[in-house]
Amino acid sequence: MRVKYFAGFGAIVLAAAISWALSTGTQAQDIQSIKIGWSISKTGPFAAGASVTTLPNYQVWVKDVNDAGGIMLKSIGKKVKIEVIEYDDRSNSEEMIKAVERLATQDKVDFILPPWSTGLNLAAAPVFDRLGYPQLAVTANSNRAVELSKRWPGLTFWLGLPSELVDGLVETLVKLRKDGKIGDKVAMASVSDQFGIEQSTAAREGLKKGGFNLVYDKSYPFGTQDMQPVLKDAMAASPDTFIAFSYPPDTLGITDTAKVLGFNPKVFFVGVGTAFPIYKGKFGDSAEGVMGIGGSNADLPGIKNYIQHHKTIIGREPDRWASPITYASLQVLQQAIERVGKIDRPAIIKEINTGSFDTIIGKVKLVDGQNKNTWAVGQWQGANFYGIAPVSKEGARAPIVPKPAWK
Amino acid sequence: MTLAFDIVLSGLILGGMYALTAMGLTLQYGVARIMNLSYGEFLVAAAFFAYWMFSSLAVSPLLGLIVILPLAFVANWAIYQIVLMPLVRRSKNRDMLEVDSILATFGLLFVIQGVMLVVFGGQYYSYSYLSIPLTLFGTTVAANRLLALVFALVIGLVVYLALKHTRTGTAIRAVAVNPVSAQLSAIDVRAAAAFAYALGGALVAAGGVLVSMFLTFNAAMGVAFTMKALIVVIMGGVGNMMGALVAGLLLGVAETAVARLVDPGLTLAVTFALFLVVLLVRPTGLFGRPTS
Repeated sequence: MRVKYFAGFGAIVLAAAISWALSTGTQAQDIQSIKIGWSISKTGPFAAGASVTTLPNYQVWVKDVNDAGGIMLKSIGKKVKIEVIEYDDRSNSEEMIKAVERLATQDKVDFILPPWSTGLNLAAAPVFDRLGYPQLAVTANSNRAVELSKRWPGLTFWLGLPSELVDGLVETLVKLRKDGKIGDKVAMASVSDQFGIEQSTAAREGLKKGGFNLVYDKSYPFGTQDMQPVLKDAMAASPDTFIAFSYPPDTLGITDTAKVLGFNPKVFFVGVGTAFPIYKGKFGDSAEGVMGIGGSNADLPGIKNYIQHHKTIIGREPDRWASPITYASLQVLQQAIERVGKIDRPAIIKEINTGSFDTIIGKVKLVDGQNKNTWAVGQWQGANFYGIAPVSKEGARAPIVPKPAWK
Repeated sequence: MTLAFDIVLSGLILGGMYALTAMGLTLQYGVARIMNLSYGEFLVAAAFFAYWMFSSLAVSPLLGLIVILPLAFVANWAIYQIVLMPLVRRSKNRDMLEVDSILATFGLLFVIQGVMLVVFGGQYYSYSYLSIPLTLFGTTVAANRLLALVFALVIGLVVYLALKHTRTGTAIRAVAVNPVSAQLSAIDVRAAAAFAYALGGALVAAGGVLVSMFLTFNAAMGVAFTMKALIVVIMGGVGNMMGALVAGLLLGVAETAVARLVDPGLTLAVTFALFLVVLLVRPTGLFGRPTS
């Protein structure tokens, strides 16, 4: 009697255990939430970029999705809310890899959003690939992007190739010269770091091909706190166009110094950082006519709403280059999940790469893992940093040249 | 000739900023013997404070100094008494205190940085104040940067004279030279060291407020200032205000000269070359006393 009772009890326990395992493991009926994790630089040198471009957009998107009831999963016929797991990678690639591994193996998240910066994304790519997660690497920028997307199919790029950014700039200058608005003389300064070296090398070739005369071409060390020497010599060469491939603190410093010196060439191109709201915040009306990398079409209703919405939730405006694209990439992820209808990551990766999506930046259709809906050059015109190149792109504004005087 | 003048003036202005952001450390390290690795964080914290006062309360950074300087003095004095005093008590000699203080202030660095990250986030901050051109003898300079140079000169001179000609100053110098013997002349070494540390804290706050007018900063940027300050302090001679001032100005002029005459890419190289030469020729710094 007693033995039988225990045997019966054991059977019940076993049955319960099996059914529990089935319900959580294989049956989709009981999906309570979609777990999304990310490892982001909340501290360390990358925190500055991550907290402008990446993290706020993750937060806005999660809030938007959950406010709308969640992500629709056809397979279970209902909307499922997002649950977030976040780690700080301290701007350190080893920490980031550990966090990504942990998200996949221990937290068992359904999706992992990418870290910030080219370096961290490239370091993460093999790990995302091995774990089988899509990696929508918005803040990564490499001339080898196409090759990398082929190697790791889940890895997609969103900002355009660095060479395309330079092509857009040269294209703009060639057109301005043809229209008689600028002459041949170009002065260029760049930060002697990977970004500055890559961009300035590409620009040097492009400008030479375009028949421009590079009258000043120097690089300065990372972290330079006084831009006067660079600008005084650039100014002495009296260029029509001034180009600086600079990091945000330098971008602000160069602009500030140019303003103080009264250096006002017909084309003034600086960046990264020109598209940041802090740029407009610091320089106000003086920002008018300043060109930089990126841009967005603020006349699109989606972008207009997005800027307002971001401001309401985060308390400040988004940057006008990678921020809208980051948000758009998350819309793509959501639409891909909804089209597949279940958490089937290989199918979702395929959908991201082959599908066509409606986002705040307009239609997005990846080609070889590359988002083609990007701006190379933007310009502050009024309250917005509008895309002006590629010139052929829909919504491209005519550049304001010569740049108005500093206010 | 105009180029030479232009270089010297721009160089002095840049150097003034270097000196300004290093003079606090020379007091903290030279007198209190606290190798303060969180120095740059205090500078950035003051910059944030000035930013906050300017953007939220519309108080000019210069007026803000009236509040920030005493506040920084008190805060640093408290930190010395609470955090560093146990280390001072238990260390048998200066070398031990130096090592202990490096570890303790390294921890402090993360605490302050963490608080700033929570309050302000990681993004860049920048505002414009007195960013207006001034023409001095045909050379255009930014008013806010010139002001930083003036402050550096005034602070450097005042503190130098105070150390030379007042009783407290003499006591502080005695502590800097030899804390054990200083005790024999009835100097309260710990009080003098605490005072020097707090004064150094007030000076770095002044530096933070002034550079916030023209430099872009974020919560993670402190270490860059600490490094530059260390170079200036060691080059000038640890604990010597005049040394910090001269070393800072020298670095500024050298960097500007190389940037204008040779290549802006070599400014870092010239900084370290100069540093190396000074250390080789005068291991205790330009104004440092030779160790016996």
